[in-house]
Amino acid sequence: MTDMEQPRVNPYGAPLDLYPETSLIKTMWDTDVAEGHEINQMKATHLEPFAEPLIGSLDELNRSAIITSVDTLLNWARKSSVFPLQFGLACCAFEMIATAMSRFDIARFGMEAFRATPRQADLMIVAGTVTWKMAVPLRRLYDQMAEPKWVLSMGVCATSGGPYYESYAVVPGVNHIVPVDVYVPGCPPRPDALLYGIMQLHEKIKRYSLSGTPAGTA
Amino acid sequence: MFEDYFRNYGILIIFFAVAIGVPLGMLGMSYMASFMKIRPKRTSRIKRAPYEGGMRPLGPKPSRFNFRYYYYALLFVAFDIETVLLYPWATRHGVLSSQFGWAALGAVFVFLFVVTVGYLYAWRKKALEWQ
Repeated sequence: MTDMEQPRVNPYGAPLDLYPETSLIKTMWDTDVAEGHEINQMKATHLEPFAEPLIGSLDELNRSAIITSVDTLLNWARKSSVFPLQFGLACCAFEMIATAMSRFDIARFGMEAFRATPRQADLMIVAGTVTWKMAVPLRRLYDQMAEPKWVLSMGVCATSGGPYYESYAVVPGVNHIVPVDVYVPGCPPRPDALLYGIMQLHEKIKRYSLSGTPAGTA
Repeated sequence: MFEDYFRNYGILIIFFAVAIGVPLGMLGMSYMASFMKIRPKRTSRIKRAPYEGGMRPLGPKPSRFNFRYYYYALLFVAFDIETVLLYPWATRHGVLSSQFGWAALGAVFVFLFVVTVGYLYAWRKKALEWQ
């Protein structure tokens, strides 16, 4: 017997037959079942971590002066306006909030605008423990972000599962779900560590080139 | 005089040309940039799906809301303006009454009368009931 065939039970007591088929409680039931299938599917398929999204070595011979100037301009524009996605999962999110506040001030790097929608975001800061239940929305948010997009794994929980490494409910490293560009160690990492990770990401963004690896393909 | 007349239309035409040309130019530049790998263009079904906080989207994409909210929106605007006008009047009533006497009070009652007539009309039209 699959999950779809299991009898529907109303958590509020009344028999579900009393409700019309389009009622919210039946819709929610179907949604829950579908979500459970998605989670199980993700758990069964995402067994290996993604390859590191590296940028190939720069071949200086193929680069003309014009291309290099355009690259410099594009990379400067991209690295100076990396908009993070407003996405806090656990305690690391508080360090991320502190990073956005005046003492550490992420706005110095052109990142003050934490976007509330993935359509406008460039950087996903995975701040906290990623459970398998949250892995499905995380992947969906990543897919909905516009290219070029980057992922920063903040703290040991997101990087490797941390203290919950052997838990059945926690993803053993968010690189099983999405390709990660920068890992920031710590439990939780201090805001300056997060800023350092962001600066490392800036160094990476500077290495995109139209003749080599254009942004948004790797 | 006729020259002035057509000159005004000329300014209007220039305005529309700029208003249409600038957005089209921006879209065109962005489209051209996609050929030079400057603008990545990778779309998928999930990316085109509606964004509902990362959750599985429920229902069709253009979600409609009930037409009956229209009445409430109109009534809200009317009473909102009423409040906006009444508060400054109430805080300055002492100054106004020393200058204009009873007219300061009467003017507000005329205004309230107009709003009340509108309210009664909405009541009569059953805009306050959820039909």
